[in-house]
Amino acid sequence: MSSPWSRSLPRRMFCLLAAGGLALGVAACGDDGNAAAPGGKVKITVTGQPPTSQPFERGVFDADVKEFEASHPNIQIEPHEGFMDPKTFSAKLAGGQLEDVYYVYFTDPAQIIARHQAADITEASKSVPHIGDLKPELLDNFRDASGKLYGLPTMNYTMGLVYSRPLFQKAGLDPNKPPTTWDEVREDAKKISALGNGTVGYADYSKNNQGGWHMTSWLYSMGGDIARKDGEKWVADFDNEKGKQALQYLHDMRWTDNSMGAKQLLEATDVQRMMGAGQLGMYMAAPDNIPTLVKQFNGKYEDYGVAGMPGGQGTLLGGEGYMLNPKASPEKIKAGLEWIQWKYLNPDRFEKHIQQYVDGKQPVGLPAEPTPDVWQGAVRDQQLALKAKFANVPATNYQSYVDTTSKIKGSIEPPNAQQVYAALDSVMQAVLTDQNANIDQQLSSASSKVNGVLAQVK
Amino acid sequence: MSSPRSSSLLAWPATSSSRARRPAASPAERRRVRLRRKLKENLTAYGLLCAALLVFAMFSWYPIVRGVLLSFQQVDFVNAPTWVGFDNFSRLFDDPLFGVAWRNTLLFTGLALVFGFAVPFLTAVLLNEIRHAKAFFRLAVYLPVMLPPVVTALMWKWFYDPGPGLFNSALGAVGLPGGQWLDSSTTAMLSLVFVSTWANMGSTTLIYLAALGTIPGELYEAAELDGAGMWQRLRHVTFPQTRFVLLVLLLLQIVATMQVFTEPYVMTGGGPDDSTVTVLLLLYRYAFVYNDFGSASAMSLLLFIALGVFSAWYVRLTRKADQS
Repeated sequence: MSSPWSRSLPRRMFCLLAAGGLALGVAACGDDGNAAAPGGKVKITVTGQPPTSQPFERGVFDADVKEFEASHPNIQIEPHEGFMDPKTFSAKLAGGQLEDVYYVYFTDPAQIIARHQAADITEASKSVPHIGDLKPELLDNFRDASGKLYGLPTMNYTMGLVYSRPLFQKAGLDPNKPPTTWDEVREDAKKISALGNGTVGYADYSKNNQGGWHMTSWLYSMGGDIARKDGEKWVADFDNEKGKQALQYLHDMRWTDNSMGAKQLLEATDVQRMMGAGQLGMYMAAPDNIPTLVKQFNGKYEDYGVAGMPGGQGTLLGGEGYMLNPKASPEKIKAGLEWIQWKYLNPDRFEKHIQQYVDGKQPVGLPAEPTPDVWQGAVRDQQLALKAKFANVPATNYQSYVDTTSKIKGSIEPPNAQQVYAALDSVMQAVLTDQNANIDQQLSSASSKVNGVLAQVK
Repeated sequence: MSSPRSSSLLAWPATSSSRARRPAASPAERRRVRLRRKLKENLTAYGLLCAALLVFAMFSWYPIVRGVLLSFQQVDFVNAPTWVGFDNFSRLFDDPLFGVAWRNTLLFTGLALVFGFAVPFLTAVLLNEIRHAKAFFRLAVYLPVMLPPVVTALMWKWFYDPGPGLFNSALGAVGLPGGQWLDSSTTAMLSLVFVSTWANMGSTTLIYLAALGTIPGELYEAAELDGAGMWQRLRHVTFPQTRFVLLVLLLLQIVATMQVFTEPYVMTGGGPDDSTVTVLLLLYRYAFVYNDFGSASAMSLLLFIALGVFSAWYVRLTRKADQS
C-alpha cells in the first residue's frame, strides 16, 4: 500500500514553488533599480524616448543616446519610451519603477514638489552650463516657495491662434493679416462659418481639464487672471468683469453668431481633427500644433498660420521639462543633469540638431522645434539666427505670432493647475452647451470651487 | 476492547496483537487521530488552497485593506505615510462636486434600473416566445456585449454627434429637428443610460432566458386551460417562477450601475456643466488627476460602505419577504 505522502509530493512541491515564486515575484517588483552598471559606470533610466510610430524623432533620440554615451564613458543611459502619464506616475514611484530622469508638463511641478516627489537639485544644478541663459520665469516653474530648484525646463510655448489659410482665403479674408483682437476673431469666425458645409469658424475646448486651461488663456489675453496671492494665501481672481467678458465672447460666438458649430465637449484631438480635415478656421493653440496637423492629416505647412494671442494683453506660457527621482543617488542625479543639459539645453549642439531636422525633411523655422524658445540674451539670438538660416517652412506664416509674443506678458499656469482647470471645465461647458447659462452664477460657483482648491496650495 | 469502528481509526498498520495490548482510545484522542488522517488525505487540496489564498490575499484582500488604511493617511510614496484621521473625508465633504457626483450616480442608477431592468426582461419574454430563428435573435441581442466598452462608447459618441451624427442625420432625413444629446445637461445623463443599457442588456437577457427556460411548460398549459391571457400568464406564472433571479439581478445591477465610469469618462468627461460627474469619475480625478490617493481611497471606502449597507439591507428584506 502506497502512502499518500509519496504520491502527493510533486504536487505539494509545485504548490510550494508556486507560492515561493509569487513571493519572489513581488519582491522583484520592489527592486529600486539603483544598482550601478558594470564597469563602474553610472546607469540612469530616462523618459522621453519617442515611440516607434514616430521614426524620425525616435531615430534622433537613439542617435543622441549613443553620442552622449560615447562622449560620457562613465554614464550609461537606459531610455524608456513615453512622456508623462499621470495615471502611472504614483504607482511607478511607489513601486520603485520611476525613472531617474522623468518628463513633466509645466502644470505638474508645483504638486510634485509639494509631495516631495522630486530631488532637490539646487546645489547640483549650479555646475550645469548655460543655466543662467535660461528664461528665469521658466526656471521659477520648478522652484518651491523657498527658491529651491527641482527641475529644468526644456521646452516652452506661449499660446497663440492657429488658423487655416485656405479657409481664410475662401472666406475673403487676408491670411497674411490674421485677427489681432477678439472682436476681429468673432467677425472672421462668422465669415468662415458662413462658408457652410459644416465649416466651423472658431472652436474651443471644454473637456478633460482642457476647457479650464483655455479659459485661463482667455483671461490672460484680456489682462485678467485666474488666481492671485492675497498675503500668504492664493485666491481665485476671475469672478469679475474680465471673466465675464471672456465668457460673453464665447457665448456670443456659440449662440448669437453660430460660428462655433453644434458639437461641443471638445478636446485637443477633436479640434485638431477638425482643422486637419479642413473644417475649422481658427483655434487657440501653440505653434507645436502645426507639425501634428501636417503629419497626422497629411497636410502642408503652407496651409497653416499662427497668429499672436488676440487681445494682446497677455498669454499663457506653458511647456515641459525634466525632474529627477528623489530616491536617486547623488551620482545618478549628477549624471541625470549632464544628460538633460547635453540633450536639451545645449547651445553647442544647436546647429547639429537643426541639421538633423533639415536632413530628415522636418520643419525648421517654426517658433517651436527643433530648438525650443527657452533662452534669453545672446543664446536666444544665436538660436534665432540659426533657425532663420536653415528655415524650410514659410516663416511669414508665423510672423504675427513671433511679433506678438516678444511684446506681450506671458503668465505661467496657476498653482494646482490641473484641479483648477477641472473646476473651470464646467464653466466652459455651461457657456458652450446652454444658451441660457447664467454667466455670473457660473463664475461665482467656479470661484468658490477654485478657492477650495487653492486653499490646499502649500 | 475497541470496536471495529474505532480500530479503523488507529494508526496504520494495526495488528490484532497491538490492538490487544493498547488501551481503548479516549474520544479526544480519536478526534485528534481522525483530524490528522483527514489532513494527510487532503494535503494536496490544502496546498492548492493555500496557493489560491495567497493569490487572493496579495491581489484582492491586501489592496482592500491598504485602501482602507490609505483613507486615513496622506501619502506621497516617497516618505512614510502620515496619519491624518478624517481629513481626507472632510476634504471630500468640502468639495462641491462630491454631492453632485452622488446625485448624478443615483440618477444614473435609477434611470438604468428603469431601462436596464425592464428592457432585458421584456426582451427575454419575447425571445422565449419566438419559435423560428431563435439562435439568430439570441445572438443578435448578445452581440453588443462582445464589443469592448470603450469601442461602444466611442461608437455611440458618433451616433450622438449633434452635427453629422447618425441620430441627427436620421431625424433630419425625415424632417425632424435633431437633439443635443450629450451636449445638453438635461439629456446627457439619459443618453449615457441608453448606451449602458444597450451595451449590457445581452447578458441580463440571457440570464432571464435561462430562468424562463426552467419554468415547467405544464404551468402555462394549465394557465391557458384556465383561460389566462398573456398578461395573466406573465403575472401568475412567469413572475413568481423567476422571482429569485429577478431579485438577485436587481441587486447586482444596482451595485454595478453605482460604479458607472467608462461611459461618462469616454463620452462626456463629466460634462456638460458637471451633469455626468459620477462617484467613480470623481474618484478617478482625485487619484489620477490630483494625485490625492488618500481622498480617492476615502471616496472608494464610502462607496463600498454604501453598497455594503444597501446589499445587507436588501438581502434582509428579501429574506423577510420569502419567509412571509
